[in-house]
Amino acid sequence: METPVNAAAGDPTESLRTALVERADALYRDVDFNCIREWKLQNGGAKAVGFLPIYAPREIIHAAGMLPVGVLGGGDAVEIVKGDACFQSYICHLPRSVVELGLNGALDCLDGMIFPSTCDVIRNLSGMWQILFPNCYVKYLDMPQNYQNHIGGEFFERELSLLIDDLEKLGGERATPQRLRHSIALYNENRRLVEELYKLRIHAPWTVPSSELYLIVRAGMLLPVEEHNKLCKQYIDAVRASARRPMDMARVVLRGCFCEQPPLDLIKTLERSGCYIVDDDWMIVSRWIDGDVSTEGDPLANLVQAFLQRSPACPSLYLQKGKKGDALVEATRDARAEGVIFSAPSFCDPALLDQPMTLAAVKNAQIPCTSFLFAENTGQFQTIREQAGTFADAIKLS
Amino acid sequence: MKCHVGIDLGSTTTKAVVLDCEQRVLGRGITNSRSNYDVACAIARAEAFANVRLTLCARSLADFNLSEAERVSFLAHLEQSYKLSQHRARLDTLGAQLAEEAPSVEKLFVGSELSGAVREIMDLFMKSAESLFAPGAPKRSDFFRDTATSQYHQFAQRIASPPRRSFEALMAVFDKSILKVENNEYEVPFDRGAGPAIDRALATSGIAAHRESPRLRETLAGLFTLTIDAVASVGTGYGRARLPFPKEQIRSEILCHGLGAHQLFPATATVLDIGGQDTKAIQVDDRGIVTSFQMNDRCAAGCGRYLGYIADEMNLGLHELSPIAEQAKRPVKISSTCTVFAGAEIRDRLTLGQKREDVLAGLHRAVILRALSLLARSGGVKNEFTFTGGVAKNATAVRILKDLIVKNYGNITMNVSADSIYTGALGAALFAARSAPKLEKAAV
Amino acid sequence: MTIATPLKDASQERQKAMIAEHFHKLAVAHETGRKAVYTFVPGNLTELLLTFDLLPVLPEINALQSGMRQKSGDYVQKAEKMGHSEDVCAYVKCDIGMLHSGNIGPTGERLPSPDLLLLSYTGCFTFLKWFELLKEEYKAPVAMLHVPYQSEGRITPTMRDYVVKQLKEVIIPALERISGKKYDEEKLRHHLALSAKAEDDLVHVLETAKRRPSPIDAYFGAVYYVGPIFSSFRGTTDAVEYYQLLRAEIDERVARGEGPVTPDGAMGPERYRLVVEGPPNWTSFRELWKMFYLEGAVVVASTYTKVGGVYDDGFRHDPSRPLESLADYCLGCYTNRNLRARSDMLIKYVKDYDADGFLVHSIKSCDSFSAGQLLILNQVEKATGRPGGFFESDLVDPRYFSAANIKNRVESYLQMIEQRRAAGAVR
Repeated sequence: METPVNAAAGDPTESLRTALVERADALYRDVDFNCIREWKLQNGGAKAVGFLPIYAPREIIHAAGMLPVGVLGGGDAVEIVKGDACFQSYICHLPRSVVELGLNGALDCLDGMIFPSTCDVIRNLSGMWQILFPNCYVKYLDMPQNYQNHIGGEFFERELSLLIDDLEKLGGERATPQRLRHSIALYNENRRLVEELYKLRIHAPWTVPSSELYLIVRAGMLLPVEEHNKLCKQYIDAVRASARRPMDMARVVLRGCFCEQPPLDLIKTLERSGCYIVDDDWMIVSRWIDGDVSTEGDPLANLVQAFLQRSPACPSLYLQKGKKGDALVEATRDARAEGVIFSAPSFCDPALLDQPMTLAAVKNAQIPCTSFLFAENTGQFQTIREQAGTFADAIKLS
Repeated sequence: MKCHVGIDLGSTTTKAVVLDCEQRVLGRGITNSRSNYDVACAIARAEAFANVRLTLCARSLADFNLSEAERVSFLAHLEQSYKLSQHRARLDTLGAQLAEEAPSVEKLFVGSELSGAVREIMDLFMKSAESLFAPGAPKRSDFFRDTATSQYHQFAQRIASPPRRSFEALMAVFDKSILKVENNEYEVPFDRGAGPAIDRALATSGIAAHRESPRLRETLAGLFTLTIDAVASVGTGYGRARLPFPKEQIRSEILCHGLGAHQLFPATATVLDIGGQDTKAIQVDDRGIVTSFQMNDRCAAGCGRYLGYIADEMNLGLHELSPIAEQAKRPVKISSTCTVFAGAEIRDRLTLGQKREDVLAGLHRAVILRALSLLARSGGVKNEFTFTGGVAKNATAVRILKDLIVKNYGNITMNVSADSIYTGALGAALFAARSAPKLEKAAV
Repeated sequence: MTIATPLKDASQERQKAMIAEHFHKLAVAHETGRKAVYTFVPGNLTELLLTFDLLPVLPEINALQSGMRQKSGDYVQKAEKMGHSEDVCAYVKCDIGMLHSGNIGPTGERLPSPDLLLLSYTGCFTFLKWFELLKEEYKAPVAMLHVPYQSEGRITPTMRDYVVKQLKEVIIPALERISGKKYDEEKLRHHLALSAKAEDDLVHVLETAKRRPSPIDAYFGAVYYVGPIFSSFRGTTDAVEYYQLLRAEIDERVARGEGPVTPDGAMGPERYRLVVEGPPNWTSFRELWKMFYLEGAVVVASTYTKVGGVYDDGFRHDPSRPLESLADYCLGCYTNRNLRARSDMLIKYVKDYDADGFLVHSIKSCDSFSAGQLLILNQVEKATGRPGGFFESDLVDPRYFSAANIKNRVESYLQMIEQRRAAGAVR
């Protein structure tokens, strides 16, 4: 790994950190979801429910005694045959690898799948799943685009109640208010830990390489939240003890990877070409709610409230208040970033239709920016390396 | 001699197949497709007719009192000798054309004197002609253009002496001439082609002294001057709409490949054809009738042309790709099969120190993966599976396809014919044969 | 739609006049004190807009018109130069390109800027982004109507309540603000009754395609027929009269045993009956149609003619439950239905209209239609035993229409049907 690391070899905190990252990396490479099969065996055949980007009420799945599993695609590790048979060349890559994994049996361990209303491709994938996998519970989750309590809120609450009923029927437990409060507390902690990690990276990005942060957060897509919280804590401790020193790199915000994931090598490429990624939007589900969800009172109503009021400014949601791009400009300032890299997957409608607006806002705020496209299976980074390198140099010179 | 002709006007090559009344293949011909479709069609047919005459000769040998060894030897000599005659006839045309073009190129390259040089080159051509067609000569392209281009290149380099005879000027003469030559050639007249070829074959094979020789000469002369009458012709292929045929004599490639594959391998259920511009996955019933098909989408990544780009990018001939790819020890994983990016990706990888053979093997795999997706889209692969089209001549593509078919569909018989490139033309010829009675009646 | 029409029937003349009048009203809207509301074809709330005397503008229709008038290529490239991605919907780019080229509508008159963007988010994610973009371009207010997706193949009370509530509390107040008028439910009922009448006649016309020969082409031809009801005229007396005229004309063709009229006059003998899924291509609309009618191929049913509302399954706008029926209308639009429902619809069409096969026209711009179409193809093929075909292009980006490729596919497909038919007859 050429990721900038300048700590002395043999340092005990470094070796602990390496072990944590290696564990996360092994999960990242577990494209056949063997870890889920193992979890089910160890948990007396408890159920697991997959979800696609970008949002899922993981608290509800957890409260039903099930394991929420992020299905983020096959990355660059899955050879696509059947997936390409289902999708035209002008559709993004993510659904191809998801279908490939499904038809190859890798997702058999998932008793249900939740497809959020991210875009039309994922929406239609929910229907494909109903046809292709009639034995799998399929839930299309319409996120409300009306943010008023008694309108969008009520609709969403009814949708989520339905999900609670469905999961119980699927053989889970009833997500009672009490269980739900417990789960919310765990996910609150999870969000706090992830947020802390992000803050540490903003504070001293040389101590939190983004390729590591990515793996650690991504592990939360497969691990039970209790275990992921542990992993995060250990990693944060290791980061705090880190003796790594800063290097002359440009601080950038990365945007556009909220659904189809960038290959790990893309993240490494950006770092190698001189960029500290100090904010990003990958696996946006991990940071979906800004702050804690209340554990007092009606937990379901609290989840809905949090969704309506504290969801991120994300291209899949209608922006009701404020101006497009404001949130990005703010995030750039909060992260003390010097530039923005728009990195969207090819043919990603939400990201690419949004981009002209957010890009204009960024330019307006006189923040340097650059953009390129990727696919989850991109294998060559020469052009991106050059582009990002030039971008970083320009920032450092100015 | 009545026969049925099928023409497959593809984006890269044009093929013709001739059938006799019993629907047996009498001859095949192939040429480069070019901007003038009529010419491509005429040349492919002329090639096929020439091939028909050789087939008829082979059949007629049974009537002569010759040993099996004599027959085989004579036939081999006749074929080579006949090809040599055709080659020489084309060289004559080329020589004339070069002489005609040289003065105009001299005007472009001030101080150049080219007429003498092209005559010298033609001498070199003529001298080397015989060795090209000697038994056991190394395999080369089927097309005069390819052979002539590579030889001319070599000769021009040899005799170049700037400024009077610069290599560039010599090549300019050639470039202007070859187009006209390849658009000009039709069947070679008997006295310049088959006539001398028969005599030469009789002499070199040692049959000249045989007592059957005079009768044989007469019979063969008859076969080479026989009128070949195409009772019915059907055209197909990417450029079929441009063929000089009435509409009812045009069939889609899909139907022709389906029927052609069925004829070659009667148990065929699924056909994959990878041609220059299109990849087709076709399902046929037990009579060769198409039940469903899928063609590649807008993206040309899985087509033969992709390999063509690769070859150009690596400065290789198309036929050289597979032998190199087969040397691969650790094939690389190519994720983007985008034709547009292929060049850049290859350069990148080679710059990174990846081996040419490993990159090539990865590219072949990428092409076949695309084809496999198309097969899945068309309803999968059923037993038996027949692979046709230009890419079926590529051993690496065949090997990878076989592996992947077994992996994805289990133990399936995979057929690849040596003549797979003619599958579409064969299907077209079969359609011609089926429509023949109608046509004959119409003629009355 | 003011598609330069080859069909010179009285109904077409009538439609042309209606459209000319409407675009003229739009051109002088702001001078005459009228307000323009931009909205989308699927889930359009025309009756509600009429209730407030507001003028609807449909950017999709403008884009397809630009396509037919060969202007879309420049518009799309203009938008791309401004930073819009090559990968996204060409309708959006065409609209933005047009806006930056003077906003001249299909009749040559200028379109008014929107006083309101009525974002009826029905069946297509791009709509959301489209109006976010227009919001920035025009600085116009947006009224958002979120129409949930029929993921289980049916409309649930939760969905209907959600839409009705938004109509009451978001959309109607916004329309009141813009128009300065109070909501008048009686007026809405009046328009809904007119809608239902026109819808009856449209369904009658579309169903004549069950006859042999079909008197209409239910894809290329029917694009003209659905024009008024999909755009600004649903709920008007103009539309009622147009559909009465059209119905009479088609009935006459039925009586005379005639096939469809094409841009080259009457079509030859009907040789192939097809069902088509997916929107048409607009930049080479006639060229594509010609590939069909010259071969005697007639489309007997299509799903595109259901994007602005599905009426042949019995749904009608209903004055007795005005807002509920508007909600059901939105929820029921074709692209708001899940893949199984879409497959079932196609299967039913193939059977009911006795089609020889069905074709999927896959559109690069339109993920809402296209994602999953290959699975639909496979489902319909399995259920009907009739052959499916597949070809692709785009709505209004001429770079994605390859005539030679499409002709090759369509021709191959039709020849396959013929060969199968001939073989079936022999066996």
